[in-house]
Amino acid sequence: MRVTQGCFSFLPDLTDDDILTQVQYALEKGWAVNLEFTDDPHPRNTYWEMWGLPMFDLHDAKGVLMELEACRKLHGDKYIRLSAFDSSHGWESVRISFLVNRPPHEDGFRLERIAGPGRTQRYEIRGYGLDRPEGARYR
Amino acid sequence: MNDAARDTAAPTVSLAAEYAASGVGPVLQQLDDELVGLAPVKQRIREIAALLLVDRVRAKFGLASEPPTLHMSFTGNPGTGKTTVARRMAEILFKLGYVRRGHLVAVTRDDLVGQYIGHTAPKTKEVLKKAMGGVLFIDEAYYLYRQENERDYGQESIEILLQVMENNRDDLVVILAGYADKMDQFFRSNPGFRSRVAHHIDFPDYTDANLLEIGEKMLAGLSYRLSESARAALTQYIPARRAQPLFANARSIRNALDRARLRQANRLFSEGDQALTLERLTTIEEADIRASRVFGQSPGA
Repeated sequence: MRVTQGCFSFLPDLTDDDILTQVQYALEKGWAVNLEFTDDPHPRNTYWEMWGLPMFDLHDAKGVLMELEACRKLHGDKYIRLSAFDSSHGWESVRISFLVNRPPHEDGFRLERIAGPGRTQRYEIRGYGLDRPEGARYR
Repeated sequence: MNDAARDTAAPTVSLAAEYAASGVGPVLQQLDDELVGLAPVKQRIREIAALLLVDRVRAKFGLASEPPTLHMSFTGNPGTGKTTVARRMAEILFKLGYVRRGHLVAVTRDDLVGQYIGHTAPKTKEVLKKAMGGVLFIDEAYYLYRQENERDYGQESIEILLQVMENNRDDLVVILAGYADKMDQFFRSNPGFRSRVAHHIDFPDYTDANLLEIGEKMLAGLSYRLSESARAALTQYIPARRAQPLFANARSIRNALDRARLRQANRLFSEGDQALTLERLTTIEEADIRASRVFGQSPGA
């Protein structure tokens, strides 16, 4: 199942040229571009691992692409997302965030039904990948 | 291109129009106007600009136009304008569309080489990332390589630089600068660098007349001017200063003029009550220059 989260997620995956254009836009706006990766793409998992520090002092998107390449080399079997943080007053939040890498095979999620007190039924979605230990989820 | 050739080629592109459109003309003109002397340097920059322009026209005809390698090494004595030209270079290359952003990142060994194992690579990469799309200017580049210490981290930095210089040729231009003899030594010990740097540009020392002109330009930029006698004093000052050790061409002149400005300010103070005219505020007098230690009159000055 193809995970869709962040911007452009219903489009075909962005090519490196597309990413370059987006990053350049963000840099020109003065946003700090950040790379994060995870092997637990649950939508409620907001704590992805950071790849290095946010990059806010670059002039050209190519520098970000270099980092992305390095990150893919090491974490190519995980989800990598790129986000751009706007620190200007009144915003102070992430302005754009999109996936730039996904594992070769995406396991997807299953729906779990949990019987509650009485006849209540609770639901949760759980990634199939999470059944395997961390680090071995998308191999 | 002669007339016959122009007639036979079906579509024509005007080189002059292309030149005008690139906006590089004013930059080259500015280079000519603002930088005194340096004839071989200007010549080489014109050649590079011409090559890039012709390449652009060739691309319009669909001819193969492999972007040339533009990594450069600037060698020359202190104060011969290496950094200034590098700054201009970034602008020229940007106007010609060779680099995408046209900014200059000036670094020295400190910015590239780390202090402990594993510190160098991230540091160098950080600088390279910042320089992407522009020009990376490495001042005193020979310090990167310390011959006497084979475990020096500089070597690691050099390897990363070489790799990026090769793989990201269209993303950034690296300019190495340093004094001629030490740079020669550096290139001898790092053949990889020598072959990847296509342009070796030597910055000649300025002549005395050049330096005088430079001095006057510097002062004009700061809204000062030399009085007739002060000009004569400066003319004598330059060869006298050159004969002394640690002469750094234009930088020595700038320092001398900075001190002259101090003395001028001090003189205006000590003359006290007179009304200050624009004339007096902007003029550097002979005494301001003559008070220099170089003339050997007052050792304390």
